[in-house]
Amino acid sequence: MRPEWTQVSYCYDGSFAGFLTCVDESFRYFETPMAFAGPEEEKISLYPQRTVETDEARARQVYRDLRDKVSQEARRLVSHAFLTCMPEKECAIWQFIRLAWDVGPGVTYWLADDRVDRLNKAVGHLYNEAHLLKGFTRFADCRGLLWGEISPKNRVLPLLRPHFCQRFNTETFLLYDHTHHEALVHQRGRWAIVPVEHMEFPQADAREEDYQRLWQRFYDTIAIEGRYNPKLRMGNVPKRYWQHMTELKGELEGAPPRKRELREPPSASCRRTEQRGPEPALPSRRSGPV
Amino acid sequence: MELMDKLEVLTDAAKYDAACTSSGLDRKARQGRMGSTMAAGCCHTFSADGRCVTLLKVLLTNCCVYDCQYCVNRRSNDTRRAAFTPEELAELTIQFYRRNYIEGLFLSSAVIRNPDYTTELMIRALSLLREKYGFGGYIHAKAIPGADPQLTWRLGLLADRLSVNIELPSAKSLSLLAPDKKKDAILKPMALIRDGSAESRRELRKLPARQALRFAPAGQSTQMIIGATPEDDRHILNLTQNLYQKYRLKRVFYSAYMPVSNSSLLPAPEGFQPPLLREHRLYQADWLLRFYHFDASELLDESNPNFDPKLDPKCCWALRHMEFFPVEVNSADYEALLRVPGIGVTSARRILTARRACRLDYEGLKKLGVVLKRAQYFITCSGRMTDGLRVRPDGVLRHLVELERPNLLPYQPEQLSLFETGGGL
Repeated sequence: MRPEWTQVSYCYDGSFAGFLTCVDESFRYFETPMAFAGPEEEKISLYPQRTVETDEARARQVYRDLRDKVSQEARRLVSHAFLTCMPEKECAIWQFIRLAWDVGPGVTYWLADDRVDRLNKAVGHLYNEAHLLKGFTRFADCRGLLWGEISPKNRVLPLLRPHFCQRFNTETFLLYDHTHHEALVHQRGRWAIVPVEHMEFPQADAREEDYQRLWQRFYDTIAIEGRYNPKLRMGNVPKRYWQHMTELKGELEGAPPRKRELREPPSASCRRTEQRGPEPALPSRRSGPV
Repeated sequence: MELMDKLEVLTDAAKYDAACTSSGLDRKARQGRMGSTMAAGCCHTFSADGRCVTLLKVLLTNCCVYDCQYCVNRRSNDTRRAAFTPEELAELTIQFYRRNYIEGLFLSSAVIRNPDYTTELMIRALSLLREKYGFGGYIHAKAIPGADPQLTWRLGLLADRLSVNIELPSAKSLSLLAPDKKKDAILKPMALIRDGSAESRRELRKLPARQALRFAPAGQSTQMIIGATPEDDRHILNLTQNLYQKYRLKRVFYSAYMPVSNSSLLPAPEGFQPPLLREHRLYQADWLLRFYHFDASELLDESNPNFDPKLDPKCCWALRHMEFFPVEVNSADYEALLRVPGIGVTSARRILTARRACRLDYEGLKKLGVVLKRAQYFITCSGRMTDGLRVRPDGVLRHLVELERPNLLPYQPEQLSLFETGGGL
């Protein structure tokens, strides 16, 4: 006979290992967690509350089982879903794991199932944000050290880590996540992701400011006036990323449109060119001659 | 001249090149050297025109010996001239790169003295980057037509991608607008790059990766101007397909003509609107060729030589081939799924995966990312269409056009005209 599953709410330390211990706990005592509370959140729950102590060994066992009894793919989904900003992510992941124990290796084919779909959507959002930030992150040089800051919705640092540590393996850098108060630090091939409550960034020196200005000038020059399209840009770089991007910060603070950002119709830009030379300059599609 | 001014002049002269991708190659950074590349490419920002900025796109110099009348850099044009020294350019690239502003360098150049000399200068700048700075990021270089093949070969060993611009969609237009440029002079380096790439790939199979010379490992691309000359979409698409098949190009870029010349050979600038929607439709068709297994002759033919501005090419094809539909999502193969408007590469793959677990219904399809508003007219789920749906070709056409309209709205200018709308790419 199948046992009765009791509904509970778990308090745990908020770590991934802690969560996996909860998972182990729930299947051991046939409990359905209806809510999870991390260390900071004091949730008042309708369900009997239980505190689960993190147990590394039990967590590791669940982690291994996910790969051996389900699949590598399912385990990736679980561990990455834990990094997302999905509301009540623990419950959603637990639902998925319960399905995974039932279905086995094929669980990741169940794309049309709500439990799988929720995780896939959340993880997709995480991957997308991480990919964008590989490009949108900006570093500033201060006496040879690179400083960067981001405010992502998801915890992307673990996903950005291999990319930046590899690409900038010759550099010493720090990348601070304002949302989750943690920082990725890297020096000579060694790295760590550490919790940092508050971070003071150093003032840019003259040389750094020069490069920021050069970059700004490049950015302003590269746009084609006749194709000005702020909506398209907004769709491609959502405004929430602008605050940390050297070239867009100014516009966010309401700086007047810069020289290159003209909203003139093409004919007006043509007149503008005419004033410059004896003949109207006609840009070719490519820059150099063939 | 200050570095700031040089950067401005040489960026301004380079900005009309549409190609700014950093894709096609996965290369990890070597220990002790900065820089890597990723096959998917990576956009670092988007300029005010909404286009992606991924590479530091500049000319080495805009001093040109040629006098192509439609080019800003032609020697008779009174414009500011500048040139980077290889050292300046390498330092700038490195400093931008380590701040994560860019994915690499896009280096083009006007022809200074002659093509050989220009290519040698480019080689000097690139080898400084690669060898002295150990730079492992992405480099896209323009091959200069007319340069010695040996030099182009050396350039390709330093760059990840090479490109030669085809400029205009036909030899006739080219000889009319750019009499100095011959079709052959463009196609010759293209063939050279194709063969060089193939040879180095063969070599890579025989030798350990470190020893093999890698020539333009991310392949080559090209670009052409749309709307300056009278070719129709069908001609352009056939040309594109030929370039993909015969020259093994990775990408063909289209660039809507910007009216800034009074030459009688070009469209009059007064009231001319750059054909951005047409450019958009061509890119859509280009995607259909590369990822959806379409053939150019399926999309356009003699009776339909141009794309419909109101409706995307895939929907147009579907409406002309209603006999192909409905497609049963629970049994159709990948190719058939790809033909359905509203089903893309990702959702088609997901359908194949999800079918292994259970039969799909309309609710399920929605979760897989299928755009049912479009797809519903062309599919069945377990033999059933959406309840209460009536499919008559003219009704479907009306409905699909209605669906497309809001996508075109943001680009709607004051005057109403078909070719003024469209999204830039």
